[in-house]
Amino acid sequence: MISQFFVLSQRGDNIVFRDYRGDVQKGSAEVFFRKVKFWKEDDKEEAPPVFNLDGVNYFHVKVVGLLFVATTRNNLSPSLVLELLQRIARVIKDYLGVLSEGSLRKNFVLVYELLDEVMDFGYVQTTSTEVLKSYIFNEPIVVDTDRLPSLGPAALFVQGAKRMPGTAVTKSVVAHEPGGRKREEIFVDIIEKISVTFSSSGYILTSEIDGTIQMKSYLTGNPEIRLALNDDLSIGRGGRSIYDYSGSSGSGSVILDDCNFHESVHLDSFDVDRTLTLAPSDGEFPVMNYRITQEFKPPFRINSLIEEAGPLKAEVILKNYAEFPSSITANTIVVEMPLPTYTTRVNYELEPGAVGQMTDFKESNRRLEWSLKKVISLAAAHW
Amino acid sequence: MQLRQLAGSRAPGTDDSKRELFKKVISYMTIGIDVSAVFSEMVMCSATSDIVLKKMCYLYVGNYAKNNPDLALLTINFLQRDCKDEDPMIRGLALRSLCSLRVANLVEYLVGPLGNGLKDGNSYVRMVASIGVLKLYHISASTCMDADFPAMLKHLMLNDKDAQVVANCLTSLQEIWGLEASTSEEAAREREMLLSKAVIYYFLNRIKEFSEWAQCIVLELVAKYVPSDSNEIFDVMNLLEDRLQHANGAVVLATIKVFLQLTLSMTDVHQQVYERIKSPLLTLVSSGSPEQSYAVLSHLHLLVMRAPFIFSSDYKHFYCQYNEPFYVKKLKLEMLTAVANESNTYDIVTELCEYAANVDIPMARESIRAVGKIALQQYDVNAIVDRLLQFLEMEKEHVTAETLVLVKDLLRKYPQWSHDCIAVVGNISSKNVQEPKAKAALIWMLGEYAQDMQDAPYILESLIENWDEEHSAEVRLHLLTAIMKCFLRRPPETQKALGAALAAGLADFHQDVHDRALFYYRLLKYDVSVAERVVNPPKQAVSVFADTQSSEVKDRIFDEFNSLSVVYQKPSYMFTDKEHRGPFAFSEELGNLSIDTDLANDVVPAQRVEENDKDLLLSTSEKEENHGSINNSSAYDAPSYDGSRMVGALQPQQDLVSLDQPPPANTPASLAMDDLFGLGLPVAPSPTPPPLALKLNAKAVLDPNSFQQKWRQLPVAASQEISLNPQGVSALSSPQVLLRHMQGHSIQCIASGGQAPNFKFFFFAQKEDEPSTYLVECVINSAACKAQLKIKADDQSTTQAFSTLFQSVLSEFGLP
Repeated sequence: MISQFFVLSQRGDNIVFRDYRGDVQKGSAEVFFRKVKFWKEDDKEEAPPVFNLDGVNYFHVKVVGLLFVATTRNNLSPSLVLELLQRIARVIKDYLGVLSEGSLRKNFVLVYELLDEVMDFGYVQTTSTEVLKSYIFNEPIVVDTDRLPSLGPAALFVQGAKRMPGTAVTKSVVAHEPGGRKREEIFVDIIEKISVTFSSSGYILTSEIDGTIQMKSYLTGNPEIRLALNDDLSIGRGGRSIYDYSGSSGSGSVILDDCNFHESVHLDSFDVDRTLTLAPSDGEFPVMNYRITQEFKPPFRINSLIEEAGPLKAEVILKNYAEFPSSITANTIVVEMPLPTYTTRVNYELEPGAVGQMTDFKESNRRLEWSLKKVISLAAAHW
Repeated sequence: MQLRQLAGSRAPGTDDSKRELFKKVISYMTIGIDVSAVFSEMVMCSATSDIVLKKMCYLYVGNYAKNNPDLALLTINFLQRDCKDEDPMIRGLALRSLCSLRVANLVEYLVGPLGNGLKDGNSYVRMVASIGVLKLYHISASTCMDADFPAMLKHLMLNDKDAQVVANCLTSLQEIWGLEASTSEEAAREREMLLSKAVIYYFLNRIKEFSEWAQCIVLELVAKYVPSDSNEIFDVMNLLEDRLQHANGAVVLATIKVFLQLTLSMTDVHQQVYERIKSPLLTLVSSGSPEQSYAVLSHLHLLVMRAPFIFSSDYKHFYCQYNEPFYVKKLKLEMLTAVANESNTYDIVTELCEYAANVDIPMARESIRAVGKIALQQYDVNAIVDRLLQFLEMEKEHVTAETLVLVKDLLRKYPQWSHDCIAVVGNISSKNVQEPKAKAALIWMLGEYAQDMQDAPYILESLIENWDEEHSAEVRLHLLTAIMKCFLRRPPETQKALGAALAAGLADFHQDVHDRALFYYRLLKYDVSVAERVVNPPKQAVSVFADTQSSEVKDRIFDEFNSLSVVYQKPSYMFTDKEHRGPFAFSEELGNLSIDTDLANDVVPAQRVEENDKDLLLSTSEKEENHGSINNSSAYDAPSYDGSRMVGALQPQQDLVSLDQPPPANTPASLAMDDLFGLGLPVAPSPTPPPLALKLNAKAVLDPNSFQQKWRQLPVAASQEISLNPQGVSALSSPQVLLRHMQGHSIQCIASGGQAPNFKFFFFAQKEDEPSTYLVECVINSAACKAQLKIKADDQSTTQAFSTLFQSVLSEFGLP
């Protein structure tokens, strides 16, 4: 059972603090923040999401720069608590529309109301936005949604990159539209994280796709929704080694290594026609997570060439090839390159005529960032 | 104070202005400003019909009542009234606040509303009440028990229609009975009742009605259930199969725990479970936030460590991504190390070598260590040694340092590689090595391979010249030993340096350094050939480096699967107080599910720890260091040295020896040394006795304590790795069979343990006609069909005969 829950700002201020059991000292937030901040003096290592200090276990997740923390003296399931923290963040976002320090501060009474119902005496009661609706009476105070980073698993997949959220997705599940009438809307996003490792000779060493089908529904009455996936979708790779690239699997068919589903999804007809049936509840949730290690053609191919141009100087040529059909364009692409700690200065030279491209040397984490607003296929950009 | 006036004056105002005011009060409360001064005003304001206002007021009251018990009394009245409100929301909220006051002398007001709450027609109120009982229990256990609330909860748990009410009753009862069980027999009985077949099936059949969080609680309970037969096990597993596809990692892990616990006694099914859970776990790792995937990864890590061979084809999943936090990468590196086998070592090491060039220094270090560990697992050593040597050529300080330590360990295990390694190590300038551990490793190699390294004496000499600047005692100790070894091999070149080193060592302020210098000095003075035998004995290659964690501890952690123990890699007793160990603690009492079936079970823990300590010692410090400590226990004091003596000490060795010393103690010293030999030296090979048929006493007895003592005292007389026949290995599924087989040949087992594929046994045997004992440590790896033997014996001369006998008996095992 969880003893305390609190949300800290980046500077360590308490934004929300709820004590459920009173068996952990009041100053825990401060203790926690100091520990996280000075985890290792050379700040090379981040504090792990779970640690124990004087018999108190601290769990934390970082969401849009805020620290969501739970404390307990008991030996709980770490994935339960971390999952819960993430879920609390999502519920709060569902209610406030946007999750940010400002919106939390403005709506902390509503947040307390939510926290009271989410947990009682440290035991989880519910995290369903839908169920909570009947217990919540405060109205959210909507904050300006301009230039706020998006939240949720979606945000995690685009680490660092700026993905502009549609304003509609940032509205609260309980707020009334100014016009009085509620818009009947549903948003379905497919977010895929593609990880590919190339050898220096350009050969693909590993490749994996981690995907999520994300749904956010504003439909009244929770009608049943059917999601039809590819007919030729199959799950699991039988006895074959998952890295067995040699046996080329018939063109077009998609083989998922594994997947999991949200609890509201019914899989009755899934085996027959690959259809998911669900009655989407309010709020944002992942309908399905999946993982593919099947061979695929990566959308980009990066080529780098390093030359030592002098005793204290190195020249790097980075080339980024877009290898997707010309009917598609890719937006807001960022290429990052870690640099040695002793890098003092970086000069960049973009290809002449490059439009909407930017380069930046992030001194704090020794990273070079090359951002491209728009990439059209077959136009290889390089500098 | 200003607030107080505001609250008072505005009290009759509209709800809206009150809301603003209340918000302000609560925001002060959040940031830690004490606003308890306005308590009475707040209570007065709470007589309102506005539910938002009421909620804020409840929150405030809950926060301050504990420290203001008198004022809390004021709230009782309106809370009790609210508990009878028409609106079930208000009834529930009021009841929750009432139970959250945490004021002991108000409990009498609680009993009535709670009783009503449990019988309320609305499920929300019952939900609140069922947790309320638990809150009451924590304020006053006796009131709670006297009112017979647990019985009511039990009734509700087994009959209520609402799944959340049922789940809350279960959590409350688990906590209450868990705490009561130590004092009340009835509670202990009730607690077992929760694990009865009827109750477990009741929960399992309803599992889909529960919320995902309640499912976790139910699954945690089911994991402790002991089914009566294998059909039942399969029924439960089939029922829960689809829980593995849940998107909530906590549900999946709780399900996995059930599967693992249920199948512990069924080796092959247990293995199938591993295969089955692999995919869901990997999916969870790659979806979700880094924090969530860390929690899952920790569990995956545990499983990989237990059964690396099952995951050996999935090694690519454990490759690190550059943007992962260090704590994730570290786990992944350990998993990569564990799953390395013949077929994937090349790929893994190639990948690790990429990381070694990483700009992230801790990461680079860890990667190099991982490469070294894989080398020590003896797959493809050849190629790995080459790569390690390449690291040395990268000329980065941290890489060099880390690699040196590894090369040293490698040489201890594979002395045959010394030639290649030494060639490269010799090229390293000692000035580029600053870290104590690395420096010590380099110095060790300089000493050990003095004859192969042209410059060894001179490098050591220059290091000794800088003695005063060397801050690490470890390095200075190694320096002393190395110069001794060097001296014994190349006396003319080293003599001067040795004198300087001993003098500096004797003047050292560090006790161990001082003592070791003194010890060497006296040893040389006594007899150089004895010194040779002490410092430079023929060394045996280290066959196995110790595991840092005993298998006892590992099993404990495994039993606490899906808890913090896995993340911390420590069993819960190491980081939680007794009263907070909670529901996990009771799995221990309830039937020991551990694999050990041996009768001598009780001895095992002590034995293992003992073993480990010893091995650990050997792997962290050099064997020779054991010798250094002898002076601490010897009878005489270290003579005091002054500066003038030191000058004298810098003269050649002959002079050094003749320095006027308190003359006594030659005899005791040599006696002490004899003891030492017993510890560190395999006794000089005696003429191999004819392989006479060794007769063993069929009824040998040895109690665990004397076994332990002997094991500690005796040197390893023989150490060997042998192959086993596959039939024998397959018969090993139950260690009992092996024990009986060995017993049939008069070899008794004193302790055994481990789990597939690694088993560890301690055997002993006695000669038929005399009380001469043989001790054997036998580590069997059933996956590789290999056994590693360490034999110790009272009578060293017959070790070989015994070893042959033992091996033949072992190889007969499993044959028809």
